[in-house]
Amino acid sequence: MSKRFLMGNEAIALGAIHAGVHFVSGYPGTPSTEILESVAKWNSSGNIYVEWSVNEKAALEVAAGAAYAGASSLVTMKQVGLNVASDPLMSLAYVGIKGSMVIVSADDPGPISSQTEQDTRHFAQFSKLPVFDPSSPEEAYEMIQDAFAYSRKYQTPVLFRPTTRICHGCASIDVNDTPTSSDAPEGFVKDTNRWVIFPRTSYLNHLKIEKRNEELRSILSNYPHNFIEGSGRVGIACGGVSYSYVKEALQDIPQEIKLLKVSTPHPFPEDLALQFMQGTNEILVVEELDPVIEQELTFLCGKHHLPDNIHGKLTHEMPQAGENSTEIVKAGILAFLGIEPMPAESSSDMPPLPVRPPVLCAGCPHRASFYAVKKAMHGKKAVFCGDIGCYTLGNAMPLDMVDTCLCMGADVTIAQGLHRIEPDAVNFAFIGDSTFFASGITGVVNAVYNQTDIVLVILDNSTTAMTGHQPHPGTGRTMMGNISSAVSAEKILRAIGVSNIKTVDPFDYELAVKTVSEIAEYKGVRAIIFKAPCISVASPQPVFHVDSGTCIQCGKCLRELGCPAIVKEDGKISIEPTLCYGCSLCAQICPTGSIIRRCSHEN
Amino acid sequence: MKTDCLLCGVGGQGTVLASKILAFAAMEKGCEVRTSETIGMAQRGGCVVSHVRIKDTPIYSPLVPLHSADILIGFEPAEAVRCLPYLSASGTVIVSKKEIRPITSWNSASEYTGSAMLSYLEKNCTKLIVIDSEKVFKLCGSSRVLNIALLAAAVHSGSFGGINTDDLKHAVKSLVKPQFHELNLSAIDTVIALIGEDNK
Ligand code: SF4
Ligand code: SF4
Repeated sequence: MSKRFLMGNEAIALGAIHAGVHFVSGYPGTPSTEILESVAKWNSSGNIYVEWSVNEKAALEVAAGAAYAGASSLVTMKQVGLNVASDPLMSLAYVGIKGSMVIVSADDPGPISSQTEQDTRHFAQFSKLPVFDPSSPEEAYEMIQDAFAYSRKYQTPVLFRPTTRICHGCASIDVNDTPTSSDAPEGFVKDTNRWVIFPRTSYLNHLKIEKRNEELRSILSNYPHNFIEGSGRVGIACGGVSYSYVKEALQDIPQEIKLLKVSTPHPFPEDLALQFMQGTNEILVVEELDPVIEQELTFLCGKHHLPDNIHGKLTHEMPQAGENSTEIVKAGILAFLGIEPMPAESSSDMPPLPVRPPVLCAGCPHRASFYAVKKAMHGKKAVFCGDIGCYTLGNAMPLDMVDTCLCMGADVTIAQGLHRIEPDAVNFAFIGDSTFFASGITGVVNAVYNQTDIVLVILDNSTTAMTGHQPHPGTGRTMMGNISSAVSAEKILRAIGVSNIKTVDPFDYELAVKTVSEIAEYKGVRAIIFKAPCISVASPQPVFHVDSGTCIQCGKCLRELGCPAIVKEDGKISIEPTLCYGCSLCAQICPTGSIIRRCSHEN
Repeated sequence: MKTDCLLCGVGGQGTVLASKILAFAAMEKGCEVRTSETIGMAQRGGCVVSHVRIKDTPIYSPLVPLHSADILIGFEPAEAVRCLPYLSASGTVIVSKKEIRPITSWNSASEYTGSAMLSYLEKNCTKLIVIDSEKVFKLCGSSRVLNIALLAAAVHSGSFGGINTDDLKHAVKSLVKPQFHELNLSAIDTVIALIGEDNK
């Protein structure tokens, strides 16, 4: 054993490696992204196959295939990614696997970087799969190995659900220096009854699954990470990171409290929970997202005619949305115990603080693309459907260019529905390159097939920027370091039947505006590909500055672009040289030509 | 020994690396460390906060509880004010003088000044160390040293108990890319010299 300081996502990756994982696939999504990247980072021998798949459904299916052949496979995604992968997930739960397979779906209470506050534990109940729910990076390291062991033993995929504070929390962790090496996978053995899903086999498998889960309710009661601490007539049941908040809060509450920690919310450790409820009569449940543990305990009270009162989200004693913290948990526990809280310290006369919405970076090509479309469509009836990625930030003032955003790929299809109802509007669909490959293509097929009028705008910045710059099919780079042939979005569009396609550099401002104006006049599905690299993959250009002699202080650059590098200092417009990326957009729109490039790039 | 530290700033200022360096230095001293980072959309110019908890006994919550930070490192004056409720009554604040205006300032209603923030800090905490970051940048010849400079000031203030400047230098050498060693090590010395001058 030795100590290493690891982020939760690294701990999951290392735990998987130490469990002998052969095959890792995934799709980037905060807070899960670093798991797959960490496996790739520590895969110097190249013994583990690692890929970013085109989307979560593909990731889950390739990992299932690997597990059919006897491999240990790991799939990573964020919680909304599991929605995309839910089709194969639901069926795979019936078919099962041969080697072992763990599906990490990272939840995001808050939400901090997500569209929803959905709870993967409910997905576990829905798909009837076991789920492991760690409360710290240390537990994540140990429990991911247990997840593989259970998967292998029961020949079923197993879900693993960390939350943001586990994924992005770091801790000093005891890691195994001599991990056991894994055997080579046996290979695929043909067996129609096993690998081909049929109504009859599904009926039989359904019976088996229910029986297995019934057994697991008692087997998991002895799982070391499910446990009871302390004793007393009042109890607190908790799981995930909330366990750490409860422990922190209880340090200041001198009362005997019995604690139940649930690390496998499904199948629920029933015997252990019954033991916990024996002799307690009031129980507070502390958990994030949905009241999963609370419902299980309430159910057990009914099933076993227990007199316990269960308190929590369902009784409105704990918050129903948002993430927990020590303060929130402590307030809940004090109210539950009937203890008067200490009067809150009044924060006196705090000056008004600036609001800092996240913004597109200085030099971001999306700013130029949005601005060109905005100018071209000025005064015309147009709707701008957006999608998931950095470019969602195009919604902010002053650009104000994202009217809708729902889920991956929905820009292409929402625009079609809008257009059917209001055909006199020009309906734009903005989609990033990675999102286009992930889930935009079918929407375009739908538009062409059903003969809809939309303007598809592909924002091609040659990376998956929002999640930290992962490669994707259009980049031609893979996680194994190979160069594959880059998939061309334009060729795909042509093959689908989109013939009116213009590729333009958004930083060529006048040409970009002209191209948009022209293409908007046509009917049918037409496309603009704005091609310019994300600043993270482009080399910086010499920066710009404002010539104070000719600048008339009209403020156009500041007011219209929202570039973080353009500031007003002592009433004068200036450009912050440490932030400017030299994209030239502001210089192209300045009416007096006062924004000039410096000779060399300054740090 | 227990040190709870909060590092706060604006996405892109380098808080994540700073908290890693602190954690490394504390682990070298045999302490338990737990940290929590802001990663995701907020990194695009939003408010970011890193929690660093150091203790010689087990730590539970990954987040520093309110009113209990021993040290608050503000990479920007307004962000230090925002996180001030985390500071304990006897805690120390290290803050960079240079303000970063949010992009929403094109709508001038949200104007604020760094000096108003600093005077609020002055009134509301017992120990305040203001770092003239522009001066540090000039002396070091780079604006990329803010995180190390602030860490150096924090360590120099003695708020980290067992961690001294040599430990910090060792941590920098272990975690920062070799081509940036000289720059960052000189930033440590520069800041300490500046603080020394101010106290004369
Ligand atoms: S657009 Fe040109 S003239 Fe107008 S404020 Fe900006 S730099 Fe000055
Ligand atoms: S050139 Fe202008 S728009 Fe582009 S990054 Fe620099 S200041 Fe911003």
